[in-house]
Amino acid sequence: MLTINNLHARVVGGAEILRGVNLVVRHGEVHAVMGPNGSGKSTLAHVLAGRDGYEVTAGEIVYEGKDLLRMPPEERAREGVFLSFQYPVEIPGVSTSYFLKAAVNAIRKHRGLDELDAIDFLNMTKEKMKLVELDQSLLSRPLNEGFSGGEKKRNEIFQMAVLEPRLAILDETDSGLDIDALRIVANGIDALRSPDRAMILITHYQRLLNYVTPDFVHVLFEGRIVKSGGQELARELEAKGYDWIKAEAELARQTLV
Amino acid sequence: MLQVAEKVDSYRLEFERAEQDDARARPQWIHHIRTAAFDRFVELGFPTTRLEEWKYTNVAPIAKTPLRRAGQAWGTLPIESIEPFTLEKSACAQLVFVNGHYSPELSCFGKLPDGVVVSSLATVLTGNPASVEPYLARYAGYRDHAFVALNTAFMEDGAFISIPQDTILEAPIHLLFISVPRCESAVDTGGSGTVSYPRVLIVAGSHSQGQVIESYVGVSRGVYCTNAVTEIIGGENAAIDYYKVQRESEDAFHVATVQATVGRGGTFSSHAIDLGGVLVRNNLDVALDGEGAECALEGLYMAAGRQHVDNHTRIDHAQPHCSSRQLYKGILDGESRGVFNGKIVVRTAAEKTDARQVNKNLLLSEDAVIDSKPQLEIFNNDVKCTHGTTIGQHDQDAIFYLRSRGIDPAATRSLLTYAFASELLSRIKVGPIRAGLEALLLARLGNGSMSEGRP
Repeated sequence: MLTINNLHARVVGGAEILRGVNLVVRHGEVHAVMGPNGSGKSTLAHVLAGRDGYEVTAGEIVYEGKDLLRMPPEERAREGVFLSFQYPVEIPGVSTSYFLKAAVNAIRKHRGLDELDAIDFLNMTKEKMKLVELDQSLLSRPLNEGFSGGEKKRNEIFQMAVLEPRLAILDETDSGLDIDALRIVANGIDALRSPDRAMILITHYQRLLNYVTPDFVHVLFEGRIVKSGGQELARELEAKGYDWIKAEAELARQTLV
Repeated sequence: MLQVAEKVDSYRLEFERAEQDDARARPQWIHHIRTAAFDRFVELGFPTTRLEEWKYTNVAPIAKTPLRRAGQAWGTLPIESIEPFTLEKSACAQLVFVNGHYSPELSCFGKLPDGVVVSSLATVLTGNPASVEPYLARYAGYRDHAFVALNTAFMEDGAFISIPQDTILEAPIHLLFISVPRCESAVDTGGSGTVSYPRVLIVAGSHSQGQVIESYVGVSRGVYCTNAVTEIIGGENAAIDYYKVQRESEDAFHVATVQATVGRGGTFSSHAIDLGGVLVRNNLDVALDGEGAECALEGLYMAAGRQHVDNHTRIDHAQPHCSSRQLYKGILDGESRGVFNGKIVVRTAAEKTDARQVNKNLLLSEDAVIDSKPQLEIFNNDVKCTHGTTIGQHDQDAIFYLRSRGIDPAATRSLLTYAFASELLSRIKVGPIRAGLEALLLARLGNGSMSEGRP
């Protein structure tokens, strides 16, 4: 469903951050992308979701047979791409329910479905809130304003449950969570796995992967995927840290020279 | 110069006519005040941008337009045409004015507590002028302000509200000023228009409490001018909650001065909403004139096209232990221009003053302009005064967050603009006013791109 080919990208006017990423994700697969700080993980997430301020200098991203890079962010969302934000944005003055209803209906309209009315919407959200143990009262609160770190991340997964994406990119969804919040969030993610939904879990640590077992684990380092494997690669990284990856990458570079 | 002299002459003719009209009906002191005010207007002339107070607001369009007082003939309207603007159900009294003239047919009164006076000013000036003599034109100074001088020279109608001591008004009083331009287009009237001079006097006795709403609306296009003056006098521990909602028509000039004096331990809160008018200037002066007096001034101005909206506020901390809070927000689109000038004076005696002022502006177009200027004049060392101004566009992170959920860019901007304004709207305590403004705002933002309900 998603093919990333030799992707090079940089912050507009800045140095290159992604330097030839290759990745193929098929329907229903869960891929973990791990890597040390500054390796380009968040840039990859932002480029996939279509954030302004990045420049793709080479390569392509094909999503469901379409050129993803040509689509504005809202169109990507309507086509089924979802990004769970590392830092969800606080928007005072807009209630969570109003925001989410606007999003659901924009996506439904795009798919040729009728818009949900207030009652249908409420019934639908009730079920999905249970998934991440969120209280109904959250819907009437301003979006993310004054939410705890855990509430913000649970809210992201709740939105994912409501919007039913085909490709979910979860950017450090596990960061900043205590063990209870992590368990809730991770169980929510695991429950949303399905044969027609692919996921890319971007994470620094292995701990999320104890709850959500990935089909593939990739290590992103200096803007490239330098190693791929299964769950055991994640455990190895947890045990040994990232230094050996750095050493291997250094060795590879020297060999090239 | 000649042109300016001619303009003043046309006002002189108007003034002499006005004086003749009610020479018999009015007491001498009114005549004296009017004459003094008119003479002062002649001396001052219309302000020019050379004056610091008027640097960013050019009132030449007002000075150049031949403006005539609308006669009684336009003093009424079919009741249906005012329905969108009334608060009949929630107000304890609603006074309706058409082109500055009180309309008894359109007004209504519920049950008022004993001793509360809610009346048209014209009625009071004829029937019981002594009740307003200690206050009228004694607080809003016409010495320094040409528009106040003009209003004072021509004052004939408006409202008088008096709340006796220890009296609490449970429901708000609504003053609705409707302007009906004579013709839809300036061409039809040879570029001239009508002018009204609403005058409001609110006297709240000690330990009293009340809410007053002034609404200024235009029912059709066409050139007209509203030059309003409101004097508010609050006694010891009086609590006054004041609203001014300005929705004049798109060709209208609106100049309004509010002078509020707050007594010892009293509170004054003001909510100023500006949505209409092509050229708008508000002066809000608050004197914290007794120990421990407090005020909270909130304002929201929204302009588009070629609208010009100027808010000048002045808070005078004259006594110790007073506090003031101020939050004004502007949303400027098109080629509109906003002005915010917030002056805070802390006098020598005003120790332990606590003043905070914030002005935030959202510029939605490249051609919109805001001039924001805080002015602090502090003559006491033992005070806390802070001020801050922000000018900016929508937050890029917020835009991306909403778009990444499938919401299109136009709806995203509408939603964020609404969110910006809602901070102030949510603080409006009168339910129907809040709901009405929220609906109006949503309509302005293009409800086609927003789903139903309130964000």
